[in-house]
Amino acid sequence: MTSDLLTVGFLPLVDAALPILAQELGIAEEHGLNLRFIKDSSWATVNDRLLYGQSDVAHMLAPLAIANTLGRGRPAKAMAVPFVLGLNGNAVTMSNALADEIAPDSTLVAPADAGAKLVKVIAAQKKNGRRLKFGVVHRYSSHNYMLRYWLAECGIKPDEDVDIVTISPPFAADALDSGEIDAICVGEPWNSVAVERGSGRIILVTAQIWKRGVEKVLAMLEENLEDKRDVVERLIRALHETAARFVDPENWDSYSKILARSQYLDGSVELIRRAISDRILLSKGSAPTHIPDFMFQYREAANFPWKSQASWLYSQMLRWDNMTYSREDQMKVEAIFRSNVYRSALDGTDAPMPSANSKIEGGIEGPLAVGSTQGRLMLGSDPFFDNRIFDPDKLLEYLENSP
Amino acid sequence: MRIAVIDENAARAAIIEQGLAEVGERDVFIISERKGMVQAIAKIEPDVILVDLGNPSRDMLEEYFAVSRAVAKPIAMFVDQSDDVSIAAAVDAGVSAYIVDGMSKRRLKPILDLAVRRFNAFSNLQTELKQARDALADRSIIDKAKLILVEKRDMTEPEAHKLLRDHAMNNNKRITEIAEAIVTADQLMGATK
Repeated sequence: MTSDLLTVGFLPLVDAALPILAQELGIAEEHGLNLRFIKDSSWATVNDRLLYGQSDVAHMLAPLAIANTLGRGRPAKAMAVPFVLGLNGNAVTMSNALADEIAPDSTLVAPADAGAKLVKVIAAQKKNGRRLKFGVVHRYSSHNYMLRYWLAECGIKPDEDVDIVTISPPFAADALDSGEIDAICVGEPWNSVAVERGSGRIILVTAQIWKRGVEKVLAMLEENLEDKRDVVERLIRALHETAARFVDPENWDSYSKILARSQYLDGSVELIRRAISDRILLSKGSAPTHIPDFMFQYREAANFPWKSQASWLYSQMLRWDNMTYSREDQMKVEAIFRSNVYRSALDGTDAPMPSANSKIEGGIEGPLAVGSTQGRLMLGSDPFFDNRIFDPDKLLEYLENSP
Repeated sequence: MRIAVIDENAARAAIIEQGLAEVGERDVFIISERKGMVQAIAKIEPDVILVDLGNPSRDMLEEYFAVSRAVAKPIAMFVDQSDDVSIAAAVDAGVSAYIVDGMSKRRLKPILDLAVRRFNAFSNLQTELKQARDALADRSIIDKAKLILVEKRDMTEPEAHKLLRDHAMNNNKRITEIAEAIVTADQLMGATK
């Protein structure tokens, strides 16, 4: 049997793990697929390659897929997301000077407490005519939206009280050192790289802001989905199987080594292992802190493309990107997350399958058995740090009640 | 017209600059340093900005173009849907283009086409360079193998060369492969002084 060749665009980040491992472990091949990877150093280029046909699918920031579909900054091009590559996995790392104010004990700080302290620092800095500067990886990233959500809920106006700029993660540690920026919200291994270099300390992780926040997705052009439907469904099955092995601690040593190879992340095995095992060093030389759900995979149908997650991102885009709500846009955004493709791909497998395509985000308080069409699905609590609830059908009301 | 070329590869930037300058009536500025990039752009006040696709600062630049008040006019990515082919050619060649609001797309097209040709020319040059390097490496491994034969089998150089060539021919292999095998074997057996 000859394998179908599929070109995958990616950025060297830990959450590009599933497609890489699917290929390297031979799982892709078992599904008649041969994955070829194109590594880039900016999301703009990953995006260009996907839009102009140099790649078939890409590891992508979920909000960027939405921005493409809505034509933000360029002509609209509809995207399809049939699989979520993971939840969370990002952190906020502050320069040592700022971390001394916010987290003097070098421990993780609760978002509300960190926010309260930050309000004081901002006020003090203002007197000296200075504004804190935060770096995020992209304008259209969950990093940007999670950071803004956290700041805004704590009474900080992201566009007035601080500066939020885009920074390329490999330069983040330098920028913290030089004082160019005061804090970053980026993915792994870049927080840990900054910590290892002594450039800053991790003070909170995005899982504390939203415990089940959607992160990178598998994205493709919508117009190619039907043509490649069979290949895409096989890819989803391969990724699902890979995810099952990915959460097994037995595999973490060998998987970290694969991901660290020069053609993939070209990084430190040790730092990658910390990220995938949820064991993070908050400050240089400290013992690893176990942060459950730091980077969430596989369990609780974590890779299922919930339409409500897309809608939440859309609500934040409305909030921070000078857009006006339209029902039509919201429908377009929800249509990007292709729950139906995920379903048909994993039909008849061991994957627990929710019966709904959408849920109330932040609405689950404890382990809850939810309606499923296949297997038994338990969802754990998924709160936002301020315990607000997002109902995609009441998006405008949600925004009205946002600070 | 003022064109800024942002490329951390200074050699490639120079080749593009040369191409663009030949056409005349254009001021071309090269920015190869990441540090101070944004200030440099603001100072140049370009009409067109060309950025190589491998540039890690692209996301930062796009954000700057979208929101900055430092540049007088908004800068947008050149994505004319009527001209998908030329954009696809640009992506293939490895270059992206941004234009200042108000500039006609008709005026940008020839610049972009030229940049694409220059990027491709540079990439061909790189390939040729690599081939030349490989050829040089091949020659040096063959020389090493010959030296081993000369010393260990007491041959003249032409005899050693003939032996290598005949052996390659008889075994349907490249002469470099035979030479590599000899050098490797020699190292394993205790290298020739």
